[in-house]
Amino acid sequence: MVKSLDQLFVNLKHWAVGFFPDAWQPLGSAILSIAPMVAVFGGLFAIITIFERKGLGRIQNRYGPNRVGIPFTDIRLCGFGQFIPDGIKALIKEDVVPRAADKVVHFLAPIVLLIPVLLAYAVLPIGRNMTIADYDAGVLFFFAVGAAVELSVFMAGWSSRNKYSLLGAMRGIAQMISYEIPLILSSVAVIMMVGSLKTVDIVAAQSTYNGLLPNWYVLTPWGFAGFIIFFIASLAESNRAPFDLPEAESEIIAGYFTEYSGFKFALFFLGEYLGMFAISGLGITLFLGGWNAPFPFLTWVPSYVWFFTKLTTLIFTFIWIRGTLPRLRMDQLMNFAWKFMIPMALINVVVAGIWHFMGPGLARWIVCVLLVGGPYVLLGRGLMENKHLGKRTYRFAD
Amino acid sequence: MSPVFIILALVTLLSASAAMSLRNLVHCSLSLVVTFAGLAALYLQLHAQFVGFAQVLVYIGAVAILIVFAILLTRSGDTPNQVVLAPGWIAGIIISAVVFAALGWAVLNSNAIAKQTPAAPDVTVKNIGDALMSKYVLPLEVMGLLLTAAMIGAVIIAMRDEHKEVK
Repeated sequence: MVKSLDQLFVNLKHWAVGFFPDAWQPLGSAILSIAPMVAVFGGLFAIITIFERKGLGRIQNRYGPNRVGIPFTDIRLCGFGQFIPDGIKALIKEDVVPRAADKVVHFLAPIVLLIPVLLAYAVLPIGRNMTIADYDAGVLFFFAVGAAVELSVFMAGWSSRNKYSLLGAMRGIAQMISYEIPLILSSVAVIMMVGSLKTVDIVAAQSTYNGLLPNWYVLTPWGFAGFIIFFIASLAESNRAPFDLPEAESEIIAGYFTEYSGFKFALFFLGEYLGMFAISGLGITLFLGGWNAPFPFLTWVPSYVWFFTKLTTLIFTFIWIRGTLPRLRMDQLMNFAWKFMIPMALINVVVAGIWHFMGPGLARWIVCVLLVGGPYVLLGRGLMENKHLGKRTYRFAD
Repeated sequence: MSPVFIILALVTLLSASAAMSLRNLVHCSLSLVVTFAGLAALYLQLHAQFVGFAQVLVYIGAVAILIVFAILLTRSGDTPNQVVLAPGWIAGIIISAVVFAALGWAVLNSNAIAKQTPAAPDVTVKNIGDALMSKYVLPLEVMGLLLTAAMIGAVIIAMRDEHKEVK
């Protein structure tokens, strides 16, 4: 019973593929794998936007959307129907393209954003036997398709012929290139430990339990440091606060998609959120044990439930951080990436190697915690030395 | 030749010639990206997953971004109103055709092509990693050293000269 519930969607797909004629079965299988994935994550996007608006509202002492429920009825659902009118609005809005814009590139930019982001979902294991394409170089594939996102940012910013768009694109590309390095370096430690780039193997390597606790990589010194680095870098990669300089409203309107309206804007919005889900999914796969249950007595819960529980937890953390932290300045952003994140990620790779060769025991815990914690304190202190940070004084506001 | 190969080759060749002949520099670099992607797809079609993905990651993710970033930083994106063809284009075509013919003749007459090609081994990323870390570790280290030296050189060139500002 438990097993069949866990494999419900896998069996359902195999059953449905059986209806196709033999020659069409590979195609049918592909469609039946891809279509639910797009639908589920698209639906998640719709729900998460409402959660984000309501959550930010609560943090900022206001209500957020609470009117729209099911259309043509009096059921309000606490405002969770808001995404339906939002979507309709985006669809029927006029699509304004600036006269000076480069029409073809302007049109292509949202597509170049969305397609690679959707491709990235191919290698995410969202449940037991639930990976669309288990590539031999899965993690590499994920990062490779992610590279096209930067290109779409450039295309959008350059083709709009707007100085705010161009500024936003320059900020966006500089930020994404800088934070891609710690992102990849922090996952290198996990890949070293597993000895495989396959996402399914990475999840399988974390599926055992050590007493009551799972063998997730986040519960090791190098894995914990790696997860923090990965999380910060993924915030920056998905242009979320406090790294939302490319689209800082108070400075450069909306950054690279200032000149986009209607459905193209909605595509950018969708692409950004789907990118955020995808990178969180990779973080779960690499550090948080993928679809594995956190405790051995909870393994009866279907695997996909765990994946989506972890995913929504991470997304709510994203929202919480957005509501809490102020935006960084450009030089702070760059200094943080190149002087703190990249050295820490490099040290973390070495620590992972030491952890592997020291063998089990208490000694490696002490050595590795010191090796991660020491540089963290020293780097932080060293970078803060000449900053004279203290209580902030105001000239007029006191 | 499979139809997939023909389509990919056509896309790669057409975008490569577009990258040479378009007037707008940004359009050229974007068609260069299509060329890189076509090459990556050709590698994937040959079942070389690692090379294909690495091609996308390095060439589209780094080289193309570097090119467009350089364009963004140096010029405002104005289209220069000049002829696309350089003055000596006929001589250029003749020379490149001669070079191509010489290379093709050399390749066709070499011993390498006469050898029986062994069956394609089942290459996994693990094998590539093992080979890089054992058999080819010296070239790998030399390349790493070279790239580090280039990076330090670039940083030194870009570094602000503090002495001049004092004067």
